[in-house]
Amino acid sequence: MIDKIIEILKKPISAIIIALIVGFLVGFFVLLIAGYNPFEAYGAMIGGMFDRPKYISQIIINAVPIIMTGLSVAFAYRSGLFNIGAEGQYIIGTITAAMLGYYLHLPIIIHPIVILIAACFFGGVFGAIAGWLKVKYGTNEVVSTIMLNWIALYLNNTILSIPGVQKGGTQASYDILPSASMRLFSQWKTTPEGLSFINSHPILGDFLRTDIHIGIILTLIFVFATWFFLMRTTKGFELRSVGANPSAAEFAGISIKKNTVFAMFIAGALAALGGAFQVLGTSNSRIVVLSITEGFGWDGLSVALLANNNPLATLLSGWLFSGLKFGGGSIQSSMGAPSEIINIMIGAIVFCVALVAMFPMIATKLSAMKMKKEWQAKQDDKLASKGAAK
Amino acid sequence: MDENYAVSMKSISKFFGTFKALNGVNLNVRKKTIHALLGENGAGKSTLMNILYGLYEADEGEIYLDGKLAYIKNPNVAIKYGIGMVHQHFMLVENFTIAQNIMLGKESVKAFDVIDTAVVKEKIKELGEKYGMIVDGDAKICDVSVSTQQKVEILKSLYRGAQTLILDEPTAVLTPNEIDELIDTMHKLTQDGKTVIIITHKLKEIIKSADYCTIIRRGNYIDTVDVKDKGVDEYSLAKMMVGRDVSLHISKTPAQPKERVFEICDLWVKDSRGIDRVKNLSLNVRAGEILGIAGIDGNGQSELIEALTGLTKADGGKILIKGKQVQNTPPHNIRANSIATIPEDRHKYGLVLDFDICENLILEKYAAPKFADRLLLKLKNIFDNAKTLIHKFDIRPADCEHSLARSLSGGNQQKVVIAREIENDPVLLVAVQPTRGLDVGAIEFVHKSLIAQRDKGKAVLLVSFELDEILDVSDRINVIYDGKIVGDLDPSKTNENEVGLLMAGGSVK
Repeated sequence: MIDKIIEILKKPISAIIIALIVGFLVGFFVLLIAGYNPFEAYGAMIGGMFDRPKYISQIIINAVPIIMTGLSVAFAYRSGLFNIGAEGQYIIGTITAAMLGYYLHLPIIIHPIVILIAACFFGGVFGAIAGWLKVKYGTNEVVSTIMLNWIALYLNNTILSIPGVQKGGTQASYDILPSASMRLFSQWKTTPEGLSFINSHPILGDFLRTDIHIGIILTLIFVFATWFFLMRTTKGFELRSVGANPSAAEFAGISIKKNTVFAMFIAGALAALGGAFQVLGTSNSRIVVLSITEGFGWDGLSVALLANNNPLATLLSGWLFSGLKFGGGSIQSSMGAPSEIINIMIGAIVFCVALVAMFPMIATKLSAMKMKKEWQAKQDDKLASKGAAK
Repeated sequence: MDENYAVSMKSISKFFGTFKALNGVNLNVRKKTIHALLGENGAGKSTLMNILYGLYEADEGEIYLDGKLAYIKNPNVAIKYGIGMVHQHFMLVENFTIAQNIMLGKESVKAFDVIDTAVVKEKIKELGEKYGMIVDGDAKICDVSVSTQQKVEILKSLYRGAQTLILDEPTAVLTPNEIDELIDTMHKLTQDGKTVIIITHKLKEIIKSADYCTIIRRGNYIDTVDVKDKGVDEYSLAKMMVGRDVSLHISKTPAQPKERVFEICDLWVKDSRGIDRVKNLSLNVRAGEILGIAGIDGNGQSELIEALTGLTKADGGKILIKGKQVQNTPPHNIRANSIATIPEDRHKYGLVLDFDICENLILEKYAAPKFADRLLLKLKNIFDNAKTLIHKFDIRPADCEHSLARSLSGGNQQKVVIAREIENDPVLLVAVQPTRGLDVGAIEFVHKSLIAQRDKGKAVLLVSFELDEILDVSDRINVIYDGKIVGDLDPSKTNENEVGLLMAGGSVK
């Protein structure tokens, strides 16, 4: 019995599942204390996630930016850096996409490709600043990236304050040109054929009602590419060595400095791509004046944490996180529970998953207790038999 | 219980997690004797003593002090019982004076709680004269030598009224002459009615100093012997410690040195605080010989190695390999010039503990054509490489290609490092404290590997604080003291006293 528990606790996947269950239990009590029927609330949430194909597709779409920022955080972490700056790098991506999407005139297909490359570049440089500061002056990247987040936010607002950038009567820039859009079938969806297709195909049509865009597929590609890069290439090997033991890496002849700047460049590029996907792919096809950060970078931290900084797992954790947020919205709309309660509930779940590392420790403790017990029993037997012999 | 025993530990057992560190160990220490506790690294010697000192609690067993059952739940209780312990790593406040350190926690005070240093100094003087440990109470700890610091630790215990003194590996940091002084002090202590327990794995010192010796092996009690008995010698003790016959002295053919392949000329290196640590040091190594650098820790060895591996910059001088200057070039360039290093701290510099063995075995050659084509790693070759090396160097467990380096034992971790570095077939192999923390079997393996490398006509530079190791393995000895080479000796024509004297800064007539 105990053996089985120990075995189960030691597997990372079961630990995550247990953590999720515990998290939901904590959320359960949070809802209960706040005076809402938890069963009803969870019911509403699950319904809000899976009732219609449209919901699922929306969850996947919402997951795109946080998977990209999560990927950014995970990539930096594997290289030994804590990238709190995904938020700012994300903003740089949105600025690049919105500006080049409106002011640059290029044919379709080529236009978004150019924008994505530019977003990678600017986001990468923005991230690399933190890496450079660390290498050159020993500034901790946590501090510098937090500062850079604010620089990005005010850069966004400064650009919007340039005369002519803001669309008259709004707090936002002009929408991107259709040639820059990454949305799929957006023209066709408004044609009569499109409409009749959507109405006659309940499942597929429902999917199409949302802003499905190329970014979803690109995200899948980037998730895999990041994993492949880290695990299968020489550069990835260098980065992981520096991340796991900088002293040994340096001793083996790997440059910590170069790899630190490089890792922050890639991390910045990944987060910026998330921002670009959001602007080019969804109906948020512009930048708006920001008073506080939008939180995609912060969510990325949770996503990476949940994924244990494994690039492939950011996909699942991004979907889970997005699902909880989206489904949580239904609790709000159907039961009138304030969003704060839902955020506490989501926070509790994420917090419990973050404690996953505890479970293998519990397993070790359990098996130690068991061994000790067995050993003591053996000693008792010995004593007993000795006594009998006398 | 027998009142002749100052300490009597009965069938002590201790678990660490699932690991059983001690399994029913007995220890009976007669009053007024020096009792040695012998065992390999990880045998459980320190654990047993930490239980006696109240740092750990035994899971099973009883402790009797002076024939009475004692329950020692923390070090304060141990001190009250008159037990004192000097740890391997001293626990002193660096920028306090010796007197302050000794009275720390037991200050004597005048009226209005003013600390009365004079009384303490008087007491220190008295104790020092009695037991041969004269120290200057006003000197700061950071300004005195390691052996003085050790004296301070012993005085601290005595000041607190210790009757039984536990010394954990006390000779590891001392020169041969200082070891003799320490043994002298221990004899004075026992003559004065105190009891001394020393934890050690150095056989020679046991024969020289101890009255009794208890041997433990892998947490099990093996035997207690009277050292004065006939038939008790280094070999019999070693056999009991390891559990099989061991060769204490490595057999090797005379070296056949050829041309100089490696030279250091007038090297200067500063430490991280900007203090000169290597001062105008010159040495050379010939192909086909092992040059041993003898010296006490902290005489510039670390800085020398850091400069030699490219981790730190030299402030002056040259480092030449086959006539090519490599000083102040990055580590990869030094490696490219065929200098391989077995680092002192394998966890920090030698291995990435969270990488598997495959990856650790290519840590510095991942980009070599054999293991990667430009961009991509050749996973199959990397695996095959690991498989071959694991077999060749007998790294255990035998199928550990994908085990994390963290999961291997210390000896096997060291084998991974050695396998990787020797496989490069370097012109110069630098080995820094290559046997630190290893058991006798693994030490034998490491020494044989170094000698095999020499026999292949390669140069080997061995840096070690263990004088026995230097004397046994080297073909030529350079003694380092205060950042300089102060002696160039032939191991067959010298002895440990001569080397020891040089290590301590003395000169040989």
